[in-house]
Amino acid sequence: MELISNLLVQIMQMMLVLSAAPLLTGFVRKMKARLQRRQGPPIIQPYRDLLRLLKKEVVVAENASWIFRVAPYLIFAATWVAAALVPTFATGLLFSWSADLIAIIALLASARFFLALAGMDIGTAFGGIGASREMMIASLAEPAMLLIVFTMALVARSTQLSAVVDLLSASGVGLRVSLGLAMVGLIIVAIAENGRIPVDNPATHLELTMVHEAMVLEYSGRHLAMIELAASVKLLLYISLIGCIFVPWTLAGPGESTSSHLAGFGGYLAKLALFGFLLAVFETAIAKMRVFRLPDFVGGALMLGLLGTLLLFVSRSL
Amino acid sequence: MGAVVYLMLCVAALLGVGLLAVAGARMHAATAMVCGSTLVLSIAATILALTGLTGRAGSAAELILPVGLPWIGAHFRIDALAAFFLAVVNIGGAAASLYALGYGAHEEEPHRVLPFFPAFLAGMNLVVLAGDAFSFLLSWEFMSLASWALVVAHHRDPENRRAGLVYLIMASLGTLALLLALGLLTGPDGNYGFEAIRHGVRTPLTGAMVLVLVLFGAGSKAGLVPLHAWLPLAHPAAPSHVSALMSGVMTKVAVYAFVRIVFDLAGDLPWWSGALVLAVGSLSAVLGVLQALMQDDTKRLLAYSTIENIGIIFIGLGLTLAFRADGMGAAAALAMTAALLHVLNHSLFKSLLFFGAGAVLTATGERNLDRLGGLIHRMPVTSLLFLAGSMAISALPPLNGFVSEWLTFQAILQSPDLPQWALKVMVPAAGGLLALAAALAGAAFVKTFGIVFLGRPRSTEAAAAQEVDRLSLSAMALLALLCLFAGLVPGPLMDAAAPITRLFAGGALPPQASLPWLTIVPAVASGSSYNGLLVFLFMTISALLAVWVIHRFASHAIRRAPAWDCGFPEPSPLTQYSGSSFAQPIRRVFLARTPVTREQVSMPAPGEMRPARFALVITDPIWDWLYQPFVRAVEFAALQLNKLQFLTIRRYLSLVFLSLVWLLLVLAIWS
Repeated sequence: MELISNLLVQIMQMMLVLSAAPLLTGFVRKMKARLQRRQGPPIIQPYRDLLRLLKKEVVVAENASWIFRVAPYLIFAATWVAAALVPTFATGLLFSWSADLIAIIALLASARFFLALAGMDIGTAFGGIGASREMMIASLAEPAMLLIVFTMALVARSTQLSAVVDLLSASGVGLRVSLGLAMVGLIIVAIAENGRIPVDNPATHLELTMVHEAMVLEYSGRHLAMIELAASVKLLLYISLIGCIFVPWTLAGPGESTSSHLAGFGGYLAKLALFGFLLAVFETAIAKMRVFRLPDFVGGALMLGLLGTLLLFVSRSL
Repeated sequence: MGAVVYLMLCVAALLGVGLLAVAGARMHAATAMVCGSTLVLSIAATILALTGLTGRAGSAAELILPVGLPWIGAHFRIDALAAFFLAVVNIGGAAASLYALGYGAHEEEPHRVLPFFPAFLAGMNLVVLAGDAFSFLLSWEFMSLASWALVVAHHRDPENRRAGLVYLIMASLGTLALLLALGLLTGPDGNYGFEAIRHGVRTPLTGAMVLVLVLFGAGSKAGLVPLHAWLPLAHPAAPSHVSALMSGVMTKVAVYAFVRIVFDLAGDLPWWSGALVLAVGSLSAVLGVLQALMQDDTKRLLAYSTIENIGIIFIGLGLTLAFRADGMGAAAALAMTAALLHVLNHSLFKSLLFFGAGAVLTATGERNLDRLGGLIHRMPVTSLLFLAGSMAISALPPLNGFVSEWLTFQAILQSPDLPQWALKVMVPAAGGLLALAAALAGAAFVKTFGIVFLGRPRSTEAAAAQEVDRLSLSAMALLALLCLFAGLVPGPLMDAAAPITRLFAGGALPPQASLPWLTIVPAVASGSSYNGLLVFLFMTISALLAVWVIHRFASHAIRRAPAWDCGFPEPSPLTQYSGSSFAQPIRRVFLARTPVTREQVSMPAPGEMRPARFALVITDPIWDWLYQPFVRAVEFAALQLNKLQFLTIRRYLSLVFLSLVWLLLVLAIWS
């Protein structure tokens, strides 16, 4: 019985992350627009964009190789699989044991690997600039993320995300310095990994400081749709991750009743709305940084992660 | 008894092939015959090693030959550790032989390569098989000399001659350190058998000296920082299949020497030995990959990345030493399994990548990143296989590099229970450095693959490249498949390491191969699990699902058009990012104001007509800090000692007399 319910939760979650991701992106855009006293596009605009892109023809550069055409699907698949393993509304995921937090990060690293290669495939200066900067940011954000994972894994004594969530949702963990450091670090990493302000501006297209948009400059049509969807899913993934680790109380446990799953669902939507709103406020309040100021910002997350891990090596109760 | 005898027969046959190759190297079919026979012999030796690993795990079988020192003979034996490393050596040897069948046809001077190639393989096998200190050192030196001959095979290039000289000096120093270490272990009795050494009793000071000497001797061969500076010179200088063997396999023989002497022969070591090895390992990992990112030469980049991976292996070994000293058997077994798995994995993907670099070299004659590009159109199979190798070395799931790094991370997470404060502070730092190295490796191989295979060709040679022959491609395909297999099904490989960890780490992981769905759960208490097979399946299914949905419901229209590039496409391929421009942000973040990089900008004054110039100099500061003072000291000593050449016979006699008295005095005081 629990097996079937876990399978159901798993399938529902995979559908949920896919369908809710554009909504989240649209919500954040709308909030930002309202904060800037603009009307802004409707919340469902990202869905319309995706449908429009799917209907358009694809224009591929003459010297594009198969990497360019395969990469969008691989990027999407890796991101989707990673997102399917992060609890959103319930912890009973059937396949949560197939990959732990380190593997989830590595899946996202695979997606980035192919995105950077796709950026370099055509041989334009913009693609190169995007790929090179993306790898620079990743070279700081990825170790920071791993150290944050270490912090959580040392508290939970396991790198399994389900174990971390179970432990943190149980009472008795209390306030911990190390987890506080990890939370700040994780938020910085999430901002950097998703290319939000102050690291990158998702709304810009013709600016020399851009990173993500420079890599996908040559994409169009259904390929671009896949990449845009993957980017939305990645944002959703990070918000789910922050939500399930630091606000785990709304999650329904494995094998619990339908009503608690429904409650978990409501709680999850509330979390998305809250974090989406906070992201919009943060992005409105802060200016974009110069590229070479970024190491200070993302390096801060690295130091926080290292500090958290170090504290836990000194004493497990910190 | 059986496996050792047959393996020694394989080695003898390899030596015989080498001798025959001396005579027949100029024959038309020499390459095919030599490499064909090394291929067959390596496959046979691999099978023998695998039977040694699975069949008679733990029990050592010995063969004593009546050569070498008269009172002990030459011992050769195989135990679980030797069998594992023999498998690594011979899989690499078989792949290199297969590759050389095709690649060797382009060799201009086959008589300089063919005799030494089988000898090099035989030497590596002998080191691992040796069962006494004397045969071990002899085989070690034989292996070094055979590989040196291959490094200077293309001796007309002055760079290669320099590399050969540096390599020869470093190899001799390394052997000297190993000689002293084994001498200290043997003690004054002169019983050189490993069995006798193992039961010897020695002081902690001797143990410490042995550790430092082995770290120098084996570490310099493996390429640990700061003894690595010869490696990026020597490994790329050899023909590509030999580069693959040196980088992928010979460094593993050095790891074997380290494990054999430190874990097996030296007995129990204090906890700080783990800290020392850990520090050296994590430094090597980060400095190696940073230097790799800065390189513009494909083979040198790969050589620096070898230093990184050796660092990762030594992080695992250092953790094992620390855990073992504190009696944490399960954690020690986890760390050692991680290190051993990375030994195998690195030998697979580094050989693959060197083969790929060799294929590019054959097709274009270029090793310089900034003269390559766009090869994915001209060499589709090579590029696909090189991509597999790049993904494996960047530790991306579901390939094998990720599994061993994941295990290393799991081992690090076991270490807060270590009692020593120094280790409690060092291990998280090492974990951070390992994470940094893994991320930078991803950047390094995006750069390598992106610049060499993607984009537009940067030279006419790259534009006219042709795909290489089928034999080279099949060697690369074999290794790529092994990488995938080791990534999807790591459980049986981890089980194969269990007899070794039981012997040398004081524990073993629970059996992995019997777990459902081939999941790996290295530490039962933490329950952290990873399943490469399922991750691969999920990714494939999701990607296929996406493709199906798109092709079912979305537009099929596709149009080829000129690149968009924001409306300003520039036809010159020089406007693309080059290798050094790709690395520039990372260089600025990690290496600004360090002696590694120096930027020289010469800006003309206003009104001056000359162009502005920018030059970037990448150096390895180890040369200036460590090697140059040493070279100057040797030169100074040689000049001073030169005076002794011009003495009269009277003075020579008095010198002899004085040294005799001196030695007698030492002896008298000593005893």
